[in-house]
Amino acid sequence: MVDIIKPQNKEDLKEAISWAASSQSILEVISGGSKRDLGRPIHSKATLDMTAFNGIIDYDPSELFFKAGAATPIVDIEKELESNNQMLAFEPINLSNLLNVKENKSTIVGSLSANLSGPRRIKAGAVRDHFLGFEGVSGRGEGFKAGGQVVKNVTGYDLCKLLCGSWGTLGVLHTVNIKVLPSPETTRTLVIYNLNEEEAIECFTLALNSPNEISGAAWLPDKLSTLSDIDYISSSGSTITAIRFEGIKQSVVSRMKDLQSRFETIGEVEELHSLNSRKFWREIRDIKFLVFQEKQMVWRLSVPPICGGKVYKQIIDGFDSSVFMDWGGALLWVRVNQYSDEEYIARKIHNIAAQAAGHATCIAADNSIRSSIDVFPPLNLIEHGLTDRIKKGFDPKGILNYGRMYMEL
Amino acid sequence: MQMPPAEKRIIDQRKSLISIFSKIVGSENVLADETSLRTYDSDGLTAYKQLPMLVVLPANTEEVSALMRVCSERKVKIVPRGAGTSLSGGALPLEDGVVIGTGRLNRILEIDYNNRCAVVQPGVPNLSVSQAVDTAGFFYAPDPSSQIICSVGGNVAENSGGVHCLKYGVTTNNILGVEFVTISGEVVRFGGKHFDSAGYDFLGVVTGSEGMLGLVTEVTVRLLPKPPIAKALLVGFPTNESAGHCVADIIDNGIIPAGLEMMDRAAVAAAEDYCNAGYPLDSEAVLICELDGTESEVDILIERVSDIARASKATSITISKDDEERDRFWLGRKSAFPATAKIAPDSYVMDGTIPRRKLAEVLGRIGELSSQYGLQVVNVFHAGDGNLHPLIMFDANIPGELERVEELGAKILTLCVEVGGVLTGEHGVGVEKRDLMPTMFTESDMQQQQRLKCAFDPDHLLNPGKVFPELHRCAELGQMHIHHGSEKWPDIPRF
Repeated sequence: MVDIIKPQNKEDLKEAISWAASSQSILEVISGGSKRDLGRPIHSKATLDMTAFNGIIDYDPSELFFKAGAATPIVDIEKELESNNQMLAFEPINLSNLLNVKENKSTIVGSLSANLSGPRRIKAGAVRDHFLGFEGVSGRGEGFKAGGQVVKNVTGYDLCKLLCGSWGTLGVLHTVNIKVLPSPETTRTLVIYNLNEEEAIECFTLALNSPNEISGAAWLPDKLSTLSDIDYISSSGSTITAIRFEGIKQSVVSRMKDLQSRFETIGEVEELHSLNSRKFWREIRDIKFLVFQEKQMVWRLSVPPICGGKVYKQIIDGFDSSVFMDWGGALLWVRVNQYSDEEYIARKIHNIAAQAAGHATCIAADNSIRSSIDVFPPLNLIEHGLTDRIKKGFDPKGILNYGRMYMEL
Repeated sequence: MQMPPAEKRIIDQRKSLISIFSKIVGSENVLADETSLRTYDSDGLTAYKQLPMLVVLPANTEEVSALMRVCSERKVKIVPRGAGTSLSGGALPLEDGVVIGTGRLNRILEIDYNNRCAVVQPGVPNLSVSQAVDTAGFFYAPDPSSQIICSVGGNVAENSGGVHCLKYGVTTNNILGVEFVTISGEVVRFGGKHFDSAGYDFLGVVTGSEGMLGLVTEVTVRLLPKPPIAKALLVGFPTNESAGHCVADIIDNGIIPAGLEMMDRAAVAAAEDYCNAGYPLDSEAVLICELDGTESEVDILIERVSDIARASKATSITISKDDEERDRFWLGRKSAFPATAKIAPDSYVMDGTIPRRKLAEVLGRIGELSSQYGLQVVNVFHAGDGNLHPLIMFDANIPGELERVEELGAKILTLCVEVGGVLTGEHGVGVEKRDLMPTMFTESDMQQQQRLKCAFDPDHLLNPGKVFPELHRCAELGQMHIHHGSEKWPDIPRF
């Protein structure tokens, strides 16, 4: 039976972590718990439930920033921002569809800890780029903070970058400061039918190298496009190459026209307007096209954009899998539909990503599988040394999410 | 400025280091005579000077690696240096330290339009990157004022910004990867041409670390397509408050301009006198708002910003008719620093950031401090992101004046922190703001930062004396004091 510790304030949190450090008890740190099944399984003595740190503390729209309790649900934040025509520009991923969970329980600190960004990454930056500051407690049980509430800040080391994407292994954050941006007035999507993966990459290059401020560039193979809730997509029976435009209406229209005329010579073209456009990119963001089932695996590969088509081909040819591309080819979502040797698959996927000068992370797999494979890219000696020394500097007793990213780290 | 005491054991090795370094980089690239060393005795913060023990100029990664290995084995301190334009003393030498300059690492290695990036050596000047890709319709976004000479490697070390970072982000948002040499001479890559890291974000950590974690020998920068057009508005206001309101209203209306700069009356007068930019001299404050993008977008935004400015009681609004006029608006802003030379022989530039809503309040309090000290302060700043650059005017020949300037500067920066801002927006901590770090961070905050430093540089050989007011030994920082016998569970709610 694993104990659940639920600190109510900063002092509780410090005490809990000090206790865990002194008794060398591994803590599994959770907020909403929506990403609990990501990473390697943790053999914890207790669960540190952070849900009491909930709520927006300060939000001033003209400052383009808010301060919130770390465990504030993303849905609450988005609702509040929407009422001021603002947004989290990095489009936090909602994994509930992928993982077959009803409710979206993801929290702001969960998004930060995983650094998984949505389609707008190519224009607006990653989660990490919107993380301005935090207060938290290290594995030493000591309170510490970094950053601030302003965007322009180079005071001291950028610990926000370090903590973002560290999967709760370096510190437990209780308060975070986040940058927000105005929501675009209009969104439209240009869809080109029937392009293969390499032709899609060519279109992306053309679009992204033009000054048309593209904020989304994704490609779906025909087998996956049928799963869309949007008629124009699902009934096409074809591959989908989609390019998003956002901003002031007149500007969106003129930017789209500029590319449309060039794409019409390549293939059949369709426009998605506001509602459908928003819906489509939500489907891409939330990986609607790849629902995870037992005895499958879902992987996420980040590669140089131009390599997207080649990597797609290698994977599809290599194993029974479903794959789509986002980020103009720089991101591939892969579901391995069945396999007999998980270690072979993991090695192979890590290799494919590494050969393309990118990296791969396993996002979903059965518990037993996640403890036997490299979920994160294997570290070279130098990276291993740095990772180990940083972990020890922040969490010398190895109590915070120990083993979540790497065995024995 | 107190620096770590020079160690005789290092200075005693000077001769043997010259001969070892000469074998690595060639004797012509080891500077040891006083005249040559004099060039390197300070950076952009000229108030502090120190002759380095030696200067070494490597030409490739292997040479950097070999130099680092020698220094690490012999426990010799290193001060990395790009173009030497730091305004915070980030490249201030040490009497017993070796300056490793990146001046010969000055090649653009690859331009990859398909992946929208370029791979450059750290000594490449910032502006050269944009110039190299200009005809293909691209640019590299971070544009610090010193961009003609400042180096990309220095930009990475300082996480430099510029006037366009409101829309396009600072260095950390615009680089994809680095090749990095650790203090023990190992060569490793963080990032590449892909987005984001899967493990700890070493790239993010190295950016802005002020040369204290290792040496960067290659940088992969993001290239962006150039916006087709840019226009600027020059707007005059009767008070700082009305200008401040206008800034907030622009952003409240969902507009993120490419640049949004503010100058106070004194700065406007000095700039106008210097270069006749056409600034409205009857205004208390002037805003320059630049909008870029496609033509249809820029025209609409110009209209909207003009409406907002009128509603904020603007006394004059001029819209640039062409690039020539836009450049003239900027000329005044960009020459604000040299322009102040007429007011006083010396000036000292500060770099705090504040929440935008505090703009008018902070300006008022800077005004009070200025009269209290009898030192004129001219204000120029990146209003869009709340990054202030107050310029304190003085005469360094008056004994004791520099000390008073520093005291006033410290008060201004402390004020920035008090209102919810930070000590430095883009110039870095260096030696200049080192002793002010405790106004923003607790001992525990700083110790945690130093533990990160220890993971990279356990002997504090890289740029010691910068950023932290006190250097703790890594062994001491690594210890953990826990009270044993606390098995009794404290009163924490559990279910």
